[in-house]
Amino acid sequence: MSRKLRVIARLDVKDENLVKGVQFEGLRKLGDPHGFALRYYEEGIDEILYLDTVASLYGRNNLGDVLCRTASDVFIPITAGGGLRSVDDVRTILRMGADKAAINTAALKEPRLITQVAQAFGSQCMVLSIQAKRTASGGWEAYYDNGREHSGRDAVEWAAEGEARGAGEILLTSVDCEGLRRGMDSELIRAVRERVSIPVIAAGGAGRCEDLCAAAQAGADAVAVGSLLHYEKAHVADLKQALRDGGWEVRK
Amino acid sequence: MKHICVIDYGMSNLLSVSRALEACGFEAGAVSSPDALNGADGIVLPGVGAFGDGMHALEERGFPDALRECASAGVPLLGICLGMQMLFDSSEESPGVKGLHLISGKVRRLPSQGIDGSVLRIPHVGWAPVRARPGGTLQGSALEHLEDGSELYFVHSYAAQPEQVRDALALAFRGGVPLCAAAQRGNVLGCQFHPEKSGPAGLAILKRFFT
Repeated sequence: MSRKLRVIARLDVKDENLVKGVQFEGLRKLGDPHGFALRYYEEGIDEILYLDTVASLYGRNNLGDVLCRTASDVFIPITAGGGLRSVDDVRTILRMGADKAAINTAALKEPRLITQVAQAFGSQCMVLSIQAKRTASGGWEAYYDNGREHSGRDAVEWAAEGEARGAGEILLTSVDCEGLRRGMDSELIRAVRERVSIPVIAAGGAGRCEDLCAAAQAGADAVAVGSLLHYEKAHVADLKQALRDGGWEVRK
Repeated sequence: MKHICVIDYGMSNLLSVSRALEACGFEAGAVSSPDALNGADGIVLPGVGAFGDGMHALEERGFPDALRECASAGVPLLGICLGMQMLFDSSEESPGVKGLHLISGKVRRLPSQGIDGSVLRIPHVGWAPVRARPGGTLQGSALEHLEDGSELYFVHSYAAQPEQVRDALALAFRGGVPLCAAAQRGNVLGCQFHPEKSGPAGLAILKRFFT
């Protein structure tokens, strides 16, 4: 039986706008994120992922308003991330309508937070976000602050440690591919897939519908898509049809 | 406008359930004491977390007797996820803790292996279609429209096993193994999936059940 792939709309948010950058830099404003999320919901997307792109720099998450509005008319799972530093921060975004929390920077700085969040709200709530960048030696290093700062940790080992500490999913973004629309880093997906048994969400680089099939082939359980949708290069139905054509199951 | 009470016992994200009820044309209100259930046109018992914690939180606030009274008075009562599990007698998750006894049966941990030997991940997270139990039907129930194969969103590690076959309304399958996706006894309905997170197919269940 083929695996069922989830298709997730990823919305990077800065202040009150949906933004899209290239390799996390040069952010372009696209408009009210809630409007985009509602359109993708109506088109049949499986989940929504909101990431506050500047929150970790300022140490606060500004997604409250957009989460509240989204919870009023988007009835699918919503993940929120960016600048979440504590169990209380996670509780706050859950109360505002999120179902899961994506955490990167704070988990790298304080890995115990992964366990604390998983214990407080269940592991299904704790999404470990990893920004992985290729190294000269052929591996990947985990970065934070939108791919600006390097942690010194091997990204694949960090994924395995995250699972051991209680993460329920890995959100795996390739810093090298992010925003370039030239395809996702299949080798990275495969390397992480081989080390963890929890779901892996592949993000960063999808520029054509076919890129989703490559990520699925490499072992992704879900694909997060940004600019393909935001710039209307593809609609949700096109993404799902491409996966179906590639032999993968998707939600109708 | 019908007023639906959402039980607030500190264990759940009430916002999504309330917003979903409002989107269906109901008035939704969070209720943290049993007195406030007077005059309710319907009740939702939501829930995320462990069975024992949930039952203790309900007992602390005096809800179990009030919920049983409302159920026997014919008020539509919907349990979601842990809220469904608590409608039953007990759970392997919290041995010794008594449930609400509104539907007889036990809650058991999900199997970790499919009939073909495949590994089944726990928690079970994701979208799955449901169908009527063998010999049963969804016709006439709040899940009637799901016969088209619409999928619903599940997040759970345990699932109920009704003692009486006729209480099992709908099944979902993982690796060929059935799990009870919905159970119903009269005006009491339990959904293991999250209708408030399952898109239009989920909202339609809320609308049908409380209309």
